[in-house]
Formats: sequence, structure tokens, C-alpha cells
Amino acid sequence: MPIEVNGKSLEVDEEGYLANLNDWEPAVAEVMAKAEDVDLTDDHWEIINFLREYYEEYQIAPAVRVLTKAVGKKLGKDKGNSKYLYELFPYGPGKQACKYAGLPKPTGCV
Amino acid sequence: MAKKFMYMNTKAPYGTIYALESLEVVLIGAAFEQDVSLAFIGDGVYQLTKGQNTDGIGMKNFSPTYTALGDYDVNKIYVEKESLEERGLSLDDLQHLTWEDEDEDWAEKDSIRLVSRSELADVIEDQDVILSF
Amino acid sequence: MATLHTVNKSPFGSSVLDDCLGLAKSGSTVLLFEDGVYAATTGTKSAEAITNADGITFAVLGPDAKARGVEGKIADGIKVVDYDGFVDLVAEHDKVHAWL
Repeated sequence: MPIEVNGKSLEVDEEGYLANLNDWEPAVAEVMAKAEDVDLTDDHWEIINFLREYYEEYQIAPAVRVLTKAVGKKLGKDKGNSKYLYELFPYGPGKQACKYAGLPKPTGCV
Repeated sequence: MAKKFMYMNTKAPYGTIYALESLEVVLIGAAFEQDVSLAFIGDGVYQLTKGQNTDGIGMKNFSPTYTALGDYDVNKIYVEKESLEERGLSLDDLQHLTWEDEDEDWAEKDSIRLVSRSELADVIEDQDVILSF
Repeated sequence: MATLHTVNKSPFGSSVLDDCLGLAKSGSTVLLFEDGVYAATTGTKSAEAITNADGITFAVLGPDAKARGVEGKIADGIKVVDYDGFVDLVAEHDKVHAWL
């Protein structure tokens, strides 16, 4: 089922990930978050933007362990830990945040 | 007890799917915290060339992903010297792959180890599991 | 009867390029594409064989060389063509022998 964003109909896969990376815009994250009753805060956006930059550089969505380590290095130890990231994204920082960021599901995530 | 896994990469990128499949298996396997090594021999060394740009062939350029291997704690990357030389290549033609050593305040270290065929044979002999692509 | 030969396999681990060079007649053209482009890179035995092949013209498909990061390593005297150039080569020759 496609999702409606700013009057456009965007194709997603059976788990809700964007079919086409280039379809992404910030409103996509807002629409996806709303459907899961999540209010996106600056803290959410910091991780979403971090993921998009990671993908841009490495062409992959990082595994949770890698994301946690990389966030810790870039944004500090108080953010680079599972507790912080799972509080922001209770469905899993890999799965949920990557989805909002318009990325594919992290490689190796089931 | 962690086993020693070696992924042998023997094919050029893009012409066949082996290079990309191997890379995905390595990334997935990295979650299992084994002792992982990668070897690039034969046409496999072409996977690591720098300056790849696939805009003209309509395929995804997955070469940047090799630079993320350090983040996945995959930092033993063996490149066979003879294979490089036969192809008119040197280390300078390859991407600079590094990893950061958390125990040494994130000091950046080289991941690529240039080895001769006989040195590589010894490394392979020492592995528990060998997967060839 | 000028023939265009196309080779898409790396010269290492496949004998296709050697087979092709052994049978290609003077006046024909060999287009290297996909993994075949590696054969034209400097410092390889295949590039030497290509340079020494009398009477045969060689071309490389540019987008495939660029994808593989070897565009800057194509040996002198080997023409680099784009997709339109590939089509032109096909049109200019009487037939195409696609080696596999």
C-alpha cells in the first residue's frame, strides 16, 4: 500500500520501507511517524539525519551495533548507547529510524 | 569460542553478482562476532579499485561500502600482491581502507595487508571456515 | 566482410579474449565491454597483446571502464566509446561476433 505524502503517492514495501530512496523528503518521516503515534523531536531528527549521512557515504544502512558505535563517536557517549536509541525508537533504532530516514532495512536485520 | 572465518573474493565487481553477494554476507556475518578476514585474489582485487563510478551503467556503486567494513570490526583485509601486479595495479590504485582502534583512543589504522601468494596460503591454512565467492 | 567482435569477460580466468584474437581477421574491430575492459588496462599481458595485434582495431566501452575505476588506465591507442559509439560500430560492420 503506497503512502500519501504532500499529495504524492509513494511506493513502499510490505514492511513500510520506501521503495525508492529518492522519494524521501522530511515529510515522509513525519507521515511514517504519525502512523506509529510517534512525535518526532529534534533528538529523533538528529538520528534520522545521521543515518541519511551514513548511507550517503557508505551506501548501506548500518547494523544497530555499528550505528550505536558511530553515534557515540559523533554525538557523544550519552547518545551512543542502546538505552538512548531504543527510547527514541522503541521498534529498534535500526529498523524504525532507517524506515523514517527512507533507507532500506539494515543489512542483516530480520 | 569464535571461529576464524575467511571470505575469499575472486571475481571482478559488476560483471557477475558474486562481489556484491559476498559483501552482503560479510556484513550480515559480522553480527555474529566471529574472527573475520577477507582475502582478495585474482580478479577479486578489482573490487577495491578507487574512483568507481557506475552512473553510466545503471548499477549501484557498492565500492563505498568497503570503507564501512572497519565499523563492522572487519579489519583484516588481505590483498594478494601477485594478483595486483599481474593486473598492472598497486596499492595506490585501491581505496584506502581503515579501522579505528577503540582501545587506542580511536587511532586510525590500515585494514589492507598486502601479502604474497605464499604468505596468503599460510593465512588460509590457519582458518576454520573458508567461503569463496 | 569486416566483423565486430565483442568480448565481455576478464582476460584473467577466461580464454575468450585469446580465442577471439586468434581468430579475428585483419580489418576487424574488437570491442571490450563489461569485465572485458580490464584487458585494455596498462601493465597487463592482455594490453600488450592488444597493442601488438596488427590490423585489428580495439575499442573499450567507456561507461564500463568508468564503473570499474579503470577509465584512466586504458592503454594508448585504444579508442574509448560510449553507448552511441557502440551502436555506430555495430552499424559500420557487416556482422557482430559476440564472444561468450
